[in-house]
Amino acid sequence: MFRLVKLAAVIATVTIAVTVTAMSGFAIPSPPRLGIGELATPAEIARWDIDIRPDGKGLPEGRGDVQQGDEIFAERCAYCHGDFAEGLGNYPALVGGEPKELKTDQRPEKTIGSFWPYASTLFDYIRRAMPFGDAQSLSADETYALVAFLLSMNDIIPEDSVLDAESLAAITMPNEDGFYFDPQPDVANFPCMRDCTAGLVEIVSFALILNVTPDGL
Amino acid sequence: MVGTAPRAFSTSMQEELASAYESSRRTAMDRRRFLLGGAGAAVAMGSAGLAVSPANATIIPQEIPDWSRYLGDGVNANPYGIPSPFEEHVVRRAVDWLTPTAESSVSFSPLQDMHGILTPNGLHFERHHGGVPEIDPGEHVLLLHGLVERPLKFSMADLLRMPAVNRIHFVECAANTGMEWRGAQLNGVQYTHGMISSSEWTGVALSTLLREAGLRDTAKWILIEGADAAALSRSLPVAKALDDCIVAYAQNGEMLRPEQGYPVRLMVPGWEGNINVKWLRRLEVGDQPWHMREETSKYTDLMPNGKARQFTWVMEAKSVITSPCPEKRLLSKGRNVIRGLAWSGAGKVSRVDVSLDGGRNWRRASLDGLVLSKSLTRFSLPWEWNGRPMLLQSRVTDESGYTQPTIGQLREVRGEWSIYHNNAIQSWHLKQDGVSENVQVG
Repeated sequence: MFRLVKLAAVIATVTIAVTVTAMSGFAIPSPPRLGIGELATPAEIARWDIDIRPDGKGLPEGRGDVQQGDEIFAERCAYCHGDFAEGLGNYPALVGGEPKELKTDQRPEKTIGSFWPYASTLFDYIRRAMPFGDAQSLSADETYALVAFLLSMNDIIPEDSVLDAESLAAITMPNEDGFYFDPQPDVANFPCMRDCTAGLVEIVSFALILNVTPDGL
Repeated sequence: MVGTAPRAFSTSMQEELASAYESSRRTAMDRRRFLLGGAGAAVAMGSAGLAVSPANATIIPQEIPDWSRYLGDGVNANPYGIPSPFEEHVVRRAVDWLTPTAESSVSFSPLQDMHGILTPNGLHFERHHGGVPEIDPGEHVLLLHGLVERPLKFSMADLLRMPAVNRIHFVECAANTGMEWRGAQLNGVQYTHGMISSSEWTGVALSTLLREAGLRDTAKWILIEGADAAALSRSLPVAKALDDCIVAYAQNGEMLRPEQGYPVRLMVPGWEGNINVKWLRRLEVGDQPWHMREETSKYTDLMPNGKARQFTWVMEAKSVITSPCPEKRLLSKGRNVIRGLAWSGAGKVSRVDVSLDGGRNWRRASLDGLVLSKSLTRFSLPWEWNGRPMLLQSRVTDESGYTQPTIGQLREVRGEWSIYHNNAIQSWHLKQDGVSENVQVG
């Protein structure tokens, strides 16, 4: 009798498992799992889990202020980005411009202050990729300090600011509303075959006049 | 002792043969070197990107050529084969003034010298943000975690024992042709269009890995992250991940080249190159996008109203004539073939039309060889060149019914500062001497 009950339980479990698999959201019934891959422990995941979201998810413990950031910037960043984050040569400027100046016929100034929609991205990017050539070498405190310095240089936070997970997640960037999803395509041509232009076609722009092609092609 | 003598004899014969072979080979090599020296001027010009010897010899020589008389290299002279020295001008090229460093930069595929729809692995265009990492596959781990039932680690050996898919797809940088928004700028198809390449990719369907881990109901986005010194990262919608993405470890029959993400990368068919993250080390499943630097500050399209389009992933239909082009002069009047490449991130190429008069009148070109979804497709049009100047254009229509626009149509909607996704019709001004120039027409 006991055996029979146990068997019924096993059958019920198997039935539930099959039902759950069939309902897992795939249109086509999915093949069984291969059972390949090793479970990752929370400690292992934490070692690599460096991403930050705009809502602050992922921001580590720690804190840093504008003054500390100024000193770290001078030592680790200014040789590419300039003493005042103005950019050197082809290396990008990190300050300057305003969102309203993005509507322009001239080259728009796309900087942290004028263009970046979220402060979280600043922490995330500095932590994962900067300083260029010595990535992931900054501590959480140093990264908070650099973010504070750069936001202060862009007049987004006051000079006496201290940043930590909570205060960074609360910052609203000037161009947060500057982005939108727009389904493609936005332009449609028509495959006309005969007399498709109003008149004869004229050349309006020549590459050779600019003469910037390598090897003098 | 019986067996010793023949062995000794055999050995000495081998030595003798080897010595004779070596001496004939040296002679042949010396002659070849001499010949190469004679052709050096052409080769040197070629490596500078200019006119290579047109290879239009028609004289049958009086003497037997050296290569018909003397032995060439034996097997395995190059254990990993290399192209003929006469093709050494067929290389990737970079534009130094574009970027501050070579480690965060691009190089372009020589479309003018390529055939078929597969890019040789050494010629696949490059885009790196932190240089090319040298990763030991024995140490590489792919971590999959977040909104999953079982966070998992996969070794390369794990990936290699899973069922594999093989698909031919292009990869195109979102900024391909991005230097041409404000007018014709770079005079060569390698520079205007060379940030596209196409390969047969082999790997595990991303859906297979996600099934191993088990997606939670709230899963909507996946963070994709590289193991390079930029830890390049993007947010990928789960729907696309389940559709056709490949965790690829091989291209064109061999393991990925380091420049292409060795030992493993993500293939996101038809979508902008940047989201095809190389040196893939981590996938994190989440319920909203991360708004990474590469999908906010970069790879967004600034419109004339000062607002930027975000998540414009699809590389829309585009085509270009690769012969003639600025690098490939037309050598003679009369019978010629206009050739080129067409592709669409939305599916298959349906048709390609070619214009000789800057877009006023068009003729239908033929599609040659394989026509595959989200892959390069070859087109050609035989024609008689009367030696007069022409304005050559090609225009593709894909299976969704979308037709490649003019630069004017794109500018009207997007202005001149959106950098990315310039899929405009390209114009080559073919002049009387057979030389073509990159121009734009009004």
